[in-house]
Amino acid sequence: MPLKIGAGDVDRIHEHAREAYPEECAGALVGIDTGGVRVVVDVWLADNTHEEERRRRFLIEPLAVKRFEEQAEEKGMGLLGFYHSHPDHPAEPSEYDREHAWPGYSYVIASVSAENVEDMRSWTLRGDRSGYEEEPIVG
Amino acid sequence: MPKVKIPTPLRQYTAGSPEVEVGGATAGEALGNLATEHPDLRQHLYTGDGKLRSFVNVYKGEEDIRYLEGQDTEVAEGDELSIIPSIAGGFGGERCR
Repeated sequence: MPLKIGAGDVDRIHEHAREAYPEECAGALVGIDTGGVRVVVDVWLADNTHEEERRRRFLIEPLAVKRFEEQAEEKGMGLLGFYHSHPDHPAEPSEYDREHAWPGYSYVIASVSAENVEDMRSWTLRGDRSGYEEEPIVG
Repeated sequence: MPKVKIPTPLRQYTAGSPEVEVGGATAGEALGNLATEHPDLRQHLYTGDGKLRSFVNVYKGEEDIRYLEGQDTEVAEGDELSIIPSIAGGFGGERCR
């Protein structure tokens, strides 16, 4: 299913990825699932609370996820998924990403270098956890 | 019977229900029964060797069961267990497509 992200929200993800570089950044994608397209209405920055190796790991704590879910529902929206950055690595999910992924969420990955965000792609976990399907990002 | 709150990404496996009542005297039993009643849930809650996945967090009320008695945490009629995702990842390891 396509994931629709407006230019302003794309800019915020890119800015977060550049600011966090060389560490990974992460945040929530909030919006509406219309059934045919997932429309991101807002992006909410999260703290990367992974205790170490934040250049190649990120963690959003369960209570932060719970708060995002509740705040999205209060606004009549849903938690569509999450974004994170891969500093100096491709915008493709890793085996570590797959082991930790949930079904049903969109996972947007931004490949960021010291200069710029080089690429951004979105992925969903297959129901049998065997891998990912890419979903197109539309503006 | 205790109730288990299901997070959004797993509701597709509970016919859309945000909350499910299951039998069990401990958190571990209740989760096991949940996975038995909704078998497609199992692989997302447990690893191949039957352990709860590290990013699956279970709260009894407001408390993480890891800080209570883990899966042996007792649950009673009317108690509420919540499955709450933590979100983790990163580029280490093999690429996965």
